[in-house]
Amino acid sequence: MKAMREAYGEELVELGKTNNKVVALDADVSGSTRSALFGKAFPDRFFNVGIAEGNMAAMAAGFALADKIPFINTFAFLMAARATDPIRSLIAYNKLNVKVVGAYGGFSDSYDGGSHQAIEDVAIMRSLPNLKVIIPADEYAARAAVRAVAEYFGPIYLRLNRAEVPPVYSTDNCSFVIGKGNVLAEGKTVTIIANGYMVHRAMQAREILLNEGIDAEVIDMHTVKPIDSELVIRSAAKTGAVVTAEEASIIGGLGSAVAEVLAVNKPVPMEFVGVKDVFGESGDYQQLLSKFGLDTPSIVQAAHRVIAKRSSN
Amino acid sequence: MGLTTEKVNELEAITKKMRMNIIETLYKVQTGHPGGSLSAVEIMTTLYFSHMRVDCAAPGCPDRDRFIASKGHCAPVVYTTLACKGYFPEEELGNLRQLGCILQGHPDMKRIPGIDLSTGSLGLGLSAGIGLALSARLDNKDYYTYVLIGDGELQEGQNWEAFMAGAKYKLNNLIAIIDYNGVQLDGTTEDIMPLGDLRKKFEAFDWHVVECDGHDLVALDKVFIAAKQEKGMPTVIIAKTVKGKGVSFMEGKNTWHGKAIGKQEYETAIAELGGSI
Repeated sequence: MKAMREAYGEELVELGKTNNKVVALDADVSGSTRSALFGKAFPDRFFNVGIAEGNMAAMAAGFALADKIPFINTFAFLMAARATDPIRSLIAYNKLNVKVVGAYGGFSDSYDGGSHQAIEDVAIMRSLPNLKVIIPADEYAARAAVRAVAEYFGPIYLRLNRAEVPPVYSTDNCSFVIGKGNVLAEGKTVTIIANGYMVHRAMQAREILLNEGIDAEVIDMHTVKPIDSELVIRSAAKTGAVVTAEEASIIGGLGSAVAEVLAVNKPVPMEFVGVKDVFGESGDYQQLLSKFGLDTPSIVQAAHRVIAKRSSN
Repeated sequence: MGLTTEKVNELEAITKKMRMNIIETLYKVQTGHPGGSLSAVEIMTTLYFSHMRVDCAAPGCPDRDRFIASKGHCAPVVYTTLACKGYFPEEELGNLRQLGCILQGHPDMKRIPGIDLSTGSLGLGLSAGIGLALSARLDNKDYYTYVLIGDGELQEGQNWEAFMAGAKYKLNNLIAIIDYNGVQLDGTTEDIMPLGDLRKKFEAFDWHVVECDGHDLVALDKVFIAAKQEKGMPTVIIAKTVKGKGVSFMEGKNTWHGKAIGKQEYETAIAELGGSI
């Protein structure tokens, strides 16, 4: 098992070997984001701009204008807070080919506390036109995502996790198509749509539910935007009950995206597992996830609630 | 070698035409920013009709010089420059800011041939210019990147992040021009947020600093030559200008930052610019 950031850094180096248009920028956290690996391999194509996230993002716009493929790197909360103006006004507005990589998503920078934990980044990035938003589930998905976003021409927000996330995929079975959710397990009773680390949690929840005789369908919705509407509608039509699980604020993230699709096309009862409009705090990552309702039992309970709601309708 | 008298006369004629275009356009559409457009007329003329390597027939040529109007609200002067240069018909100016037009309120690279980067939100242009200048170096290309920055815009902190980065990478292919007209939307820069000694600030940031009268075509030509001769660091040109230059009642007035022009004002302005209605 490898930390997602490690996998990201290694894959970026691989990308650099085959594509000399790729450049990487970092804002003095390259040791943390692991963009430093790229810097070591390709010093001429690596630019550490210091603690200046806005400058980094706008510089990347300039690189993209000259047909480079810039990957910009810093913590997710800084990307969404400090760099959002150039991401909005230059990168998204002009559909520039910049890959915006938010490291340390969710609570994964656990000990640094609420000041450093990104819960709002998904909602902010999702609201920007032209910008795709991707949250891979594990190290294999992260590697596949790096390759996929480099191949795609246009702006993308790629949100990563700091931690060693238990794998959902393995090297040879990770299908990753931007905008297409992966059905990891089929089921008939309830749909669980998750992304990031929560995909693994959703699979654990599925096991527990199975023992109770509840057959849950689990979808890895790694692309929050554009959401795979067809898959969401199809699964909701089958199960009639949907739980979303994400390591981000329930305001504006994956749950909202799924609700937007279902409210219009296939209204069914929903439950949202995510951060309930609060900031985080320091602590052990797993303990934090439990405290904020992002653990496996939370998903199981949400499934129970949503099934009950469907039955009472 | 300075400009020949013939060339100066040619450029002067262009500046006159551009000022007329700006007033005509903004009077017609009754929206847009006259003050900061009029202050940058000579700067734009010098760039596009004397110094920049650009070709309206090949607006995407990878070897062309790049221009970023970081002060995107000076769109009217940018548009009239591009129109005079042949990027699109001058009649298009009359559609400024109208639904479905290419000439958006602020420059839009997706719609307008000749715009290298859409701008509007202030304080971002120089950073993007650094990305372009670094790309030119990576690609062994000899194009220059020019960034026009408003003086009020310097209050945005990101400019200073960019000035640091420009010095770090010793970008001698990057030239910033400050349209130093001393007036911003709410008042004078001195009243709103004083800029202090810009020369000293830029020198402290390790940039090559040159100053000139931003309405003097001969002086502007000289500073751009000096900027290109600098081999060790990026250059910033502090061009002292007058907001609303050429129209007496607009000169130095923050109220003309972005105000519609009335009929009487329009007639006076055109007369002052030596035109007829």
